[in-house]
Amino acid sequence: MLQPRPATLIAELSYQCPLHCPYCSNPLDIGHEKYRQELETEHWIRTFREARALGVLQLALTGGEPMLRRDLDELCAGARAAGLYSSLITAGVNFTRERAEALKSAGLDHVQISIQSPDQEDNDRIAGNRSFEKKVAAARVVKELDFPLTINCVLHRQNLDRIEELLDLALDLGAQRVELANTQYYGWAVPNQDALMPSWEQLQRAEQAVQRFREQVGPSVDVLWVLPDFYEDLPKPCMGGWGRTAIVVAPNGDVLPCQAASTIPALEFANVREHPLEWIWNESDAFMRFRGTDWMQEPCRTCPLGRQELDFGGCRCQALRLTGDAAATDPVCRFSPHHERVVAARESAQTDEFVYRAIKRPVRA
Amino acid sequence: MTRPRLVTGARLQYDDVREEHVLLVPEGAVRLNPTAAEVLELCDGERSVDEIVSTLSARYEGADLRDDVQGLVDGLTQRGLVVDAAA
Repeated sequence: MLQPRPATLIAELSYQCPLHCPYCSNPLDIGHEKYRQELETEHWIRTFREARALGVLQLALTGGEPMLRRDLDELCAGARAAGLYSSLITAGVNFTRERAEALKSAGLDHVQISIQSPDQEDNDRIAGNRSFEKKVAAARVVKELDFPLTINCVLHRQNLDRIEELLDLALDLGAQRVELANTQYYGWAVPNQDALMPSWEQLQRAEQAVQRFREQVGPSVDVLWVLPDFYEDLPKPCMGGWGRTAIVVAPNGDVLPCQAASTIPALEFANVREHPLEWIWNESDAFMRFRGTDWMQEPCRTCPLGRQELDFGGCRCQALRLTGDAAATDPVCRFSPHHERVVAARESAQTDEFVYRAIKRPVRA
Repeated sequence: MTRPRLVTGARLQYDDVREEHVLLVPEGAVRLNPTAAEVLELCDGERSVDEIVSTLSARYEGADLRDDVQGLVDGLTQRGLVVDAAA
């Protein structure tokens, strides 16, 4: 059988990070011994070449904080030599001018900086680290070096009401793209659901602000608004479909179909140290398990809307977390017998307290 | 639009896996037919649309490509992928 071609490689270079964001998509067990065995430079560069041969064009250098890898400029040079378009997804805290210049000459294509809130105090509270001023300084360096700049912000109950300020800040910093991603409830967002789940009214107001900004500013700033799926009644095509467009490589070389896939206990992940990426993509258990539509159960199997190839049954990790079965229909779907669990989650108990991301053990603020 | 150029960070590349030209942009790729790729290679911020048309016309034995060039430049400008170097 002919497999789909991947377009994106998400390289999680390290789970070390100076920030402690309570919605981090990294696994809760980032402190696990296995993640300390980070890949060597040559493993990564070989993986980039193998990814390009499979069809990958876009490389996301992420983490944790990818700037903590001392060989980052070598990795950027390797990505460019392999023919990949590389994006650095950074908190901006370690983004000095000297290092940025080295990355530029190595061939890095694009820089994306996260902002937790347009308000300094609030940013630093959410990030669990005094980082706002460094982020702004980093964004200025990105522009001075003529990189395209993306500002991303993960949205939730505690920052959604500041979306206009955020858009103004992004415009002021010269961002070409703004990624507004409503929190997805994986990783660290799960224990923080009560602190993050927004109200419907907040989301409506924010979406209207985005629309107004788009009309005022036009195509010079591309604003992406990632819908909060807990307020939907049809699921999203998670990762563009399982094993269909994207490959995630964890810091230790484990290869996953999505960042949260390690929460599915029945899956075994092959490692780039032991297997060629082509075999992992085409034949490994983790990528084959939910690829295509043959694995689907009811109600997906006979979807009344015929959406099997549109949403691919939604998210496997969410299905597992809310139903106990990773092969169930994503309960975001109104045809799921468990849809009421998603509806009930919208009424989360509200707290402002975060469980901060931490390598050793979760700490309460 | 006086002198079109690719937006900052956009890069033309030939994808030898899919055997097609692509315009790579931050976290995206636009598939291009061979003509579109030729036009975009000339969008260097130096040439005007007229100069791009006449360069291509000379290359293709006088064929009138004005509508094709203008249509492509306009379409990509609306998507924010081509900008005016003179602006």
